[in-house]
Amino acid sequence: MGSEEIIKRCEAMYEDLDFNVAREWKAAEKGRKVIGFLPYYVPREIIHAAGMLPLGIFGGGDQMEVIHGDAYYQSYICRIPRSTIELGITKKIDFVDGMLFPSICDVIRNLSGMWKMLFADKYVRYFDVPQNFSDEVGVPYYVEELNELRRGLEKLSGRKITDEDLRNSIRVYNENRRLVNEVYDLRSKEPWKVPSSETYLLMRAGMVMPVEEHSQMIRDYLEAVRNEDRPMRDNCRIIVSGSFCEQPPLNLIRSIEMSGCYVVDDDYMIVNRMIIGDVIEEGEPMEALAKAFVHSSIDTAPKYSPTEEEKGVFLLEQVKARGAEGVIFAAASFCDPALLERPMLADKMKENNVPYISFKYAENSGQMQPIREQAGTFADSIKLWS
Amino acid sequence: MSDKAKSEVIKEPSMLKQKEMIASNYERLTSGKEKTVSTFVPGNLNELIMCFDMVNNLPEINAIQNGMRKQSGGMIMDAEKSGHSEDVCTYVKADIGMMGRGNIAPNGKPIPPPDLLLLSYTGCFTFMKWFELLRHEYKCPTVMLHVPYEGDGVITDNMRDYVVKQLKTEVIPAFEKISGVKFDIDRLREYLARSAKAEDDLVWCLEAGKNKPSPIDAYFGGVYYIGPVFSAFRGTQQAVDYYTMLRGEVEQRIKEKRGPITPDGDMNEQKYRLIVEGPPNWTHFREFWKLFYDEGAVVVASTYTKVGGSYDLGFRHDPDRPLESMAEYCLTCYTNRNLPARVDTLVDYVGEYEADGLLINSIKSCNSFSAGQLMMMREVERRTGKPAAFIETDLVDPRYFSHANVKNRLESYFQMIDQKRRSSSAAA
Ligand code: SF4
Ligand code: SF4
Repeated sequence: MGSEEIIKRCEAMYEDLDFNVAREWKAAEKGRKVIGFLPYYVPREIIHAAGMLPLGIFGGGDQMEVIHGDAYYQSYICRIPRSTIELGITKKIDFVDGMLFPSICDVIRNLSGMWKMLFADKYVRYFDVPQNFSDEVGVPYYVEELNELRRGLEKLSGRKITDEDLRNSIRVYNENRRLVNEVYDLRSKEPWKVPSSETYLLMRAGMVMPVEEHSQMIRDYLEAVRNEDRPMRDNCRIIVSGSFCEQPPLNLIRSIEMSGCYVVDDDYMIVNRMIIGDVIEEGEPMEALAKAFVHSSIDTAPKYSPTEEEKGVFLLEQVKARGAEGVIFAAASFCDPALLERPMLADKMKENNVPYISFKYAENSGQMQPIREQAGTFADSIKLWS
Repeated sequence: MSDKAKSEVIKEPSMLKQKEMIASNYERLTSGKEKTVSTFVPGNLNELIMCFDMVNNLPEINAIQNGMRKQSGGMIMDAEKSGHSEDVCTYVKADIGMMGRGNIAPNGKPIPPPDLLLLSYTGCFTFMKWFELLRHEYKCPTVMLHVPYEGDGVITDNMRDYVVKQLKTEVIPAFEKISGVKFDIDRLREYLARSAKAEDDLVWCLEAGKNKPSPIDAYFGGVYYIGPVFSAFRGTQQAVDYYTMLRGEVEQRIKEKRGPITPDGDMNEQKYRLIVEGPPNWTHFREFWKLFYDEGAVVVASTYTKVGGSYDLGFRHDPDRPLESMAEYCLTCYTNRNLPARVDTLVDYVGEYEADGLLINSIKSCNSFSAGQLMMMREVERRTGKPAAFIETDLVDPRYFSHANVKNRLESYFQMIDQKRRSSSAAA
């Protein structure tokens, strides 16, 4: 299968707001359950170990007309919660048996409560992660939170989740993560071969389909693009930062590239890259998952930086490791975590002479011209001065 | 009336005492003689701070002070000019702007940089970023107390244990190191006992709103009532005395069947009894208040007076369980409770305080309070059958206060209440 075909399939999944792939998976066997989760981090391994499908719900994008959702949110709140509510009310995710709301910001916190009120018959859980990263305090707290999730899912499915199930799921996700990273590594090495819009669609597909199939899809894609000839352009190399929750429209992702920037890293979709490296596959699985988050998860705005010295180091190292020439800070309008983080990251870039620009978007932004111009000017200035 | 006389605000003795207390804390903070710690109102560990002879600085209170003195607008613009987004919490920007202008306290003297930032955050994610931003500017030691969110509306043992462990292994050692004072749990117990005493009286006063006429205004007056217990005074004898005094005043008003004092005098004609959800606007505080008392609307209960602890739901600091009760305190602050729990509280208030309805003041830059309020409003309306209304302002950004809009909304809301009354009396 050529890469074009694979990406076409991904795009169809991306556009399908009825989540038919997940619906079909559920319908294929009696008793199957689907657990939705919002952007950012949830331990999908536990859902998988429960025999359920973790389904990433990333808002409604730019194709969905939000009618009901606007009655729930004031104009000064980002768009993703309203389009998510819209998905719920219009029954597009009525087959979902439970929802996890990750600990990312105040909007999602409150959305978890709204979901409890709106869909009282569903399993709804606000999923907290520790902001204390010590073995004595953060890990035991998190292990218990994970166990609570485990018990909740056991109750929902009516079957036990064994440690062996969990270890198996950890293995499956480790493999997926390795493949995901392979795509990002290849993109950074030869960005003309792996456009960021393709990377994006490939990763989004992983949110709505079984992980094993996704891993195979990545393998096929990698094999295909490695053998394809794609022309190299004189683009500059940049990193996009700040888009970890409400997703930019696909057109925006494409526009950045079209304006002369090769995206060599981004945080559009960090769910499947949140953990750096493998989760330990032996021993006590919950402890392995907890330690992986506490000690080896990527540094993002929703996480606390224990010291000032650490602030922005992750991004700076990303810049160095990926050989990026600049950073584009792109955040959803009204996104507190991303926008509050930005001045600190920007300072770090300034101190290290990394050029950057900033803009905001909404998942349904239609006007690409200003962004294209801004990114184009940025790319030109990098080429001129570097 | 001369302009001077017009601007003279009528105050009760307790209000004057409260003002003096706040001023005295600013004197201590600006004296440069004592070690200071910056922390937040919800989840503040004042009793613990006092155990280390340190003084408590609350950036939100500074922002409120600057809002009321019409200083915050410029500070916010300064912060925006220096790269902060127009979209984020204006408390944060007012604070950063204040720093840029030399951190001048209301007494005209600069507040020195804190010796410690105590990031005890509850009810709001923004707090975490706010203190990272302050640490970024001050480059000072910071200690973090992560308080989990009550996603299911209950405190689990795991949450409590986690907070207690952090107190033991991180917060207390950090204080010992910075202050040079050894932690003494008996000293803490003493402070906590005083806190509980003050909290008892505070709750008594807030619940006085159940009387008719209400002797208090639980929103506009309420912000004065909560000052000492929400800030640098919980655990002190001064706070105990303040609440004894306040209680005496409220008792007296009940006896005399008098309403609360407004800046323009007693408010005796009470046409509407309201429950208010959300913080007030500070840049136009008096003007905002006047829109209510001019119409005879009294706030009999509010949720804002619970941001620094849901005492009326039964929580008290407990000298017998010092660290555990401090953890529970943090966990039960109003916005740390999930939305269904907030709705339940509002529904109960409407019933218990025999209110005419619910008014939500939605704050533009505060997602913690505001995201979900439209749904809360509809739920409360549905469950109580009482009308609800929604207004939008900001905390300390004067650009988002529109007198005409708020007035219009309030007027139509009062008409709605009148209509409802007429239709229910016609039905009776
Ligand atoms: S876009 Fe930002 S503010 Fe909105 S829900 Fe996501 S993290 Fe929260
Ligand atoms: S978002 Fe709201 S609760 Fe949080 S710091 Fe700002 S005003 Fe306070």
